[in-house]
Amino acid sequence: MKSLILQTASRYLMVLLVIFSVFILLRGHNEPGGGFVGGLLIAGAFALYGLAYTPKTARRLLRLDPRTIIGVGLVTAAGSGLAAVWHGQPFLTGQWLPYRIPFLGKLGTVFFFDLGVYLVVLGTTLLVLLTLEEE
Amino acid sequence: MKNLLISPILIPLITAGLSLVAWKSSRVQRIFGLLGAGALMVAAVVLFMSVYTNGIQVLQVGNWPSPFGITLVADLLSSVMVVLTALVGLAVAVYSIAAVDEQQISFGYFPFFQVLLTGVCGAFLTGDLFNLYVWFEVMLMASFVLMVLGGEPPQVEGGIKYVTLNLLSSITFLVAVGILYAVAHTLNMADLSLKLTKIAQTHPTLILTVAAFFIIGFGIKAGIFPLYFWLPASYHTPPAATSALFAGLLTKVGVYALIRVFTLVFPRMPHSFSLLLTLAGLTMVIGVLGAFAQFEMRRILSFHIISQIGYMIMGLGLLASNNPAARVLGIAAAVFYIAHHIIVKTNLFLISGTVKVLRGTYQLKSLGGLAASSPWLAILFLIPALSLAGIPPLSGFWAKFAMIKAGLQAEQYLVVTAALVAGLLTLMSMIKIWDEAFWKPAPEVLPKEGSPSSGPLTPRRLFLLLGPIILLAGLTVVIGLQPQPLFTVAERAAAQLLDSGEYIQAVLSNSQAAIQEFDAVRGVPL
Repeated sequence: MKSLILQTASRYLMVLLVIFSVFILLRGHNEPGGGFVGGLLIAGAFALYGLAYTPKTARRLLRLDPRTIIGVGLVTAAGSGLAAVWHGQPFLTGQWLPYRIPFLGKLGTVFFFDLGVYLVVLGTTLLVLLTLEEE
Repeated sequence: MKNLLISPILIPLITAGLSLVAWKSSRVQRIFGLLGAGALMVAAVVLFMSVYTNGIQVLQVGNWPSPFGITLVADLLSSVMVVLTALVGLAVAVYSIAAVDEQQISFGYFPFFQVLLTGVCGAFLTGDLFNLYVWFEVMLMASFVLMVLGGEPPQVEGGIKYVTLNLLSSITFLVAVGILYAVAHTLNMADLSLKLTKIAQTHPTLILTVAAFFIIGFGIKAGIFPLYFWLPASYHTPPAATSALFAGLLTKVGVYALIRVFTLVFPRMPHSFSLLLTLAGLTMVIGVLGAFAQFEMRRILSFHIISQIGYMIMGLGLLASNNPAARVLGIAAAVFYIAHHIIVKTNLFLISGTVKVLRGTYQLKSLGGLAASSPWLAILFLIPALSLAGIPPLSGFWAKFAMIKAGLQAEQYLVVTAALVAGLLTLMSMIKIWDEAFWKPAPEVLPKEGSPSSGPLTPRRLFLLLGPIILLAGLTVVIGLQPQPLFTVAERAAAQLLDSGEYIQAVLSNSQAAIQEFDAVRGVPL
């Protein structure tokens, strides 16, 4: 099913959804949002793109295989806890940079944990959705 | 060094992640699987040594003090279980290199294998009931996928039964956790242990109900009579390496959870222990009787898992006794039994997988003559098979001996009789496999050698298949000849379990300050 309206709209929606998902990811530290919701949003963006064009185009746009993304996400999330081990504190204790970064605010290992979750959710959801779209 | 506690969870998790990144190359995944299992083994042994010499180890993850944060606790039982998990993981990882075909690897066999190990280690190490539920789910999700990997129709059929009943068990467990949280406002097991003693005095029936929920929830997972039927319906369907992993680990997590919850969380309730003892006797006998009707190797072995679970539960049930010596010996025997059983059962499933590679079938009717064609495999089969039946001087003899001694001390003659009868019947069942598969002459029409996907049997492949079997059989013999070291560990673990003071002290040592701080912020005391 090819729809010109959906195809045109999805090109704009895609950008918005990706930006919004990153916003949600960053917002999640102290307010509603976070890696899980952000990951679902960006997965939705790619799934929409896959519907409007073909799942193959969506995969090409994603560049990485969803499985690789899940793996990287898992290692990122687990690795974010290891920073505390390096400092002799219990696993997953938050480690923070002493100064603030513009736009991001305080940056710490918690963000990398969230980023890991974001990637795992993105990878898992897309692995399922794109496979189903290809069926 | 407290972070050592997270390593048995973290190592397989990171290995899973790395295997996923390397999804394209089955060779790299095999290497990662092997390295991960090896690293897990090292971490588990180091953790065990540390617990053995320094006592219970506690890690407050994220530096959130208990009872608010998630606590990881390693006492002797936990650390022994983690070592056994690592052992099974290592053995099956080596075996998988030769036994698992490319198609399964492409569907993600190795990542899920590692996630399963993560879940099992997490369940053994957590000190929090809800966290235990989460690890159970991690373990189950991974096992669901492994069970149907490849998508053969019997696998899917077995998988559906397995999934449905295990979800039922999860729901029961979750309901119990919910009720506990509603009455005690905590799910930290050490904290619960303190609070439930008081609550049990005011609400005895409620606590008994929750205990019943736990028996049902964990009973399904452990495969206790009458909740075991998912097990023989599903364990014979996945490929050999997977079923060996399941047979070795999964039901034992249920047994572990029962032991943990009924020694630590609940105050001593003779009723529930008497119930467990009755169920244990029935599980032993019915499991072994179920095996008689079967003529498929792995089905027979699955029924024996159930029967053996009965022995472990019997150790827990002996806590009903008023004799303190019998209580300690009962739990010690259960710990010893679990160790013996995990090693032997994994091995028997690996051997059945090797038989399948050699002859292309698990059906006893079409097997035969293996003792003549592969005498090495016959001897390797005899060691765990006789150990399972409890023939001296193998590990199973000491496990049964200790359990029956504990039963006699507790004056539970009925369940002791059941244990002896079940032991005898196990021997008959093992002789049946021996006779049919190994001893009798091969049938006239030999089934096609090997399944189409298994490929030629090169010396390297044979070494990878037999290496883990030899390792585990060797351990069975060593434990049989030198049972004392393992038994000392089991006795110390039992003493630790029955006197929960050390556990509670270790977990809650800093929590008073945390609770005061929390109350100060909150304004009103909890």
